[in-house]
Amino acid sequence: MPDTITPEIFRHLVDLAALELDEGEAEYLRRQLNGQLKAIAELESIELDPQTSVTSHGVPYPAAIRPPLRADEIRTAHEADDILAQAPETEERYIVVPDIPHTDLE
Amino acid sequence: MTELCDLPAHELVRRLHAGEATATSILDSTLARVAAVEGRRPSTAPYVEDPDDRRKIHAYIAVTEDRARRQAEVVDAQLAAGDDPGPLAGVPVAVKDIFCVQGTPSTAGSRILETFVSPYSATPVARLEAAGAVVVGKANLDEFAFGSSSESSAFQPPPGNPWDPRRVPGGSSGGSAAAVAAGEAVLSLGTDTAGSVRQPAAFCGVVGLKPTYGRVSRYGLIAFASSLDCPALATRDVRDAALALQVVAGADPMDATAAAVPVPDYLASIEGGVAGLRIGLSPDYLRLRFPDPVTGELCEQSISPEIESCLNQAAERLAAAGAEIVEDVPLPNTRFGIPAYFVISRVEAASNLHRYDGVKYGYRFPGDVADLRDLYRKSRGRGFGLQPKLRILMGMYVSAEQYEKAYYPRALRVRTLIRSDFAAAFDPGGPHRLDALLTPTTPTTAFEIGALYGDSVLMQYADLLTVPANHAGIPGLSLPAGLDGQGLPIGIQLLGPDFAEDKLLRIGRSYERLTGEEPWRTARPGVLAAVRAPGPGEG
Repeated sequence: MPDTITPEIFRHLVDLAALELDEGEAEYLRRQLNGQLKAIAELESIELDPQTSVTSHGVPYPAAIRPPLRADEIRTAHEADDILAQAPETEERYIVVPDIPHTDLE
Repeated sequence: MTELCDLPAHELVRRLHAGEATATSILDSTLARVAAVEGRRPSTAPYVEDPDDRRKIHAYIAVTEDRARRQAEVVDAQLAAGDDPGPLAGVPVAVKDIFCVQGTPSTAGSRILETFVSPYSATPVARLEAAGAVVVGKANLDEFAFGSSSESSAFQPPPGNPWDPRRVPGGSSGGSAAAVAAGEAVLSLGTDTAGSVRQPAAFCGVVGLKPTYGRVSRYGLIAFASSLDCPALATRDVRDAALALQVVAGADPMDATAAAVPVPDYLASIEGGVAGLRIGLSPDYLRLRFPDPVTGELCEQSISPEIESCLNQAAERLAAAGAEIVEDVPLPNTRFGIPAYFVISRVEAASNLHRYDGVKYGYRFPGDVADLRDLYRKSRGRGFGLQPKLRILMGMYVSAEQYEKAYYPRALRVRTLIRSDFAAAFDPGGPHRLDALLTPTTPTTAFEIGALYGDSVLMQYADLLTVPANHAGIPGLSLPAGLDGQGLPIGIQLLGPDFAEDKLLRIGRSYERLTGEEPWRTARPGVLAAVRAPGPGEG
């Protein structure tokens, strides 16, 4: 059976995922993806009633057990310095990034 | 003599209040055990295996000794002042390193978060600490919880199974279960997305409780698959699971999926016995369908006779104690649990992992880059290991507009079928009217390190019997139930309806009492044989 995820599709996915891969990794990952798709294909054998609803998480959340929305109150976040301290590169409390790809408007 | 670090939490708390132990002495005992069995600290340095690695546990990525000691001293001071330090006073806890703990590295087992120090604590961690628990350290895990063996952690050597460190402790909460089994913590907070606490609990011979989705807040849990992730507990016995769940359960204004359902008193009902309870057995948990390792074709095989015999003995004991055993309960969609999980968990993982970009926190590629996109690619390419990359790519594929229809909506509908199977089994007006299902926890006992790692399909099938509960959101409790011919622990699992943890704990506690005198109950993990019991006045 030919691979469902061809090298071309794979390159597209890698680009979307913003991952730089070496050749060995790419080869392993594409092989594993195609192996997983074989397992996933079992889902096709299920006869599904088109009326079957989707389950987005198992436990339903009727209003009775849904937590109320939080009050809309201003809270001071005291962790700002701790959070900024996690950024790999900062300058005067700004986070520094390299050039952002852009197109100049005429 | 049993050392303090080998006692269950409820006994430690009793001794603490009776003045027979201090939080500091309990911590000292635990840290001495860590020193004896742990081995070299796992790191992200290029891994060169040392023969000694296969004799040690490597449960922790970080041991936060100073922080733990301060917490223990606070507990002792509170006791001395006549104050109540809380229901988990002085209990040493291992926190799976996928929970944020304020002021500690919170890595998710990934190089991309190696430098991240959390500015806040996850709700379940904060609740454990407020109850007097002492956090010993952060337990190793599969990278971002992506695995069933804990081998995919960026922090190597990987954790070993205390019963035989050449084998895996299971995963992804492998460090958690191993720490509890080896006396390096008394209980552990882990997560269970497809079985990630129940499976390692079964492999390591400890109790694993996955509560109902929404029973415990996910605030501060580094997200993997948000509709499946569930904070969960690895403990030494069933009463400890009840004690710890009591502390961590309940609504949380910081997590809209933490349900506003009252938390019952789990310990109050735990000795209630099983008389009159209906417990089901299903053939669909004994016939296993998984891909042939060579051809990849699906094949069907019965579960090992040793595991099936443990299960049947458990059913017989519960029946003798007054439970009604209901056989042949159909759960026909069980076998679709893994294929559906391959789709749903990957879509959610890919979405959750987009936030790691080398900009806001964590690893950033230090060399030259052409522009911001190049920084993303290089930071993510070097920061993520193979398993996150694989999950991201699969998630992108099955949710891409041109392919999505064949996969994602179908998987979500299959999830409905799995939930319907359970709903029918537990329906109080249905033919089975079960209080709980009794199943094996895992298809096999602990496998050797390296035996499956790399084959992402076979590894996923280790969760075959645990993942249906995550799809359905229902609670599950894994219990040690004996040893196989190689002396490795076997686990059995109780599954119940939404928010029926109290009943599962009650059945589990009954089972524990009914089997309390069996010879396997006195067996100890092999790694402890090498630990010299301290003489009087030592340790």
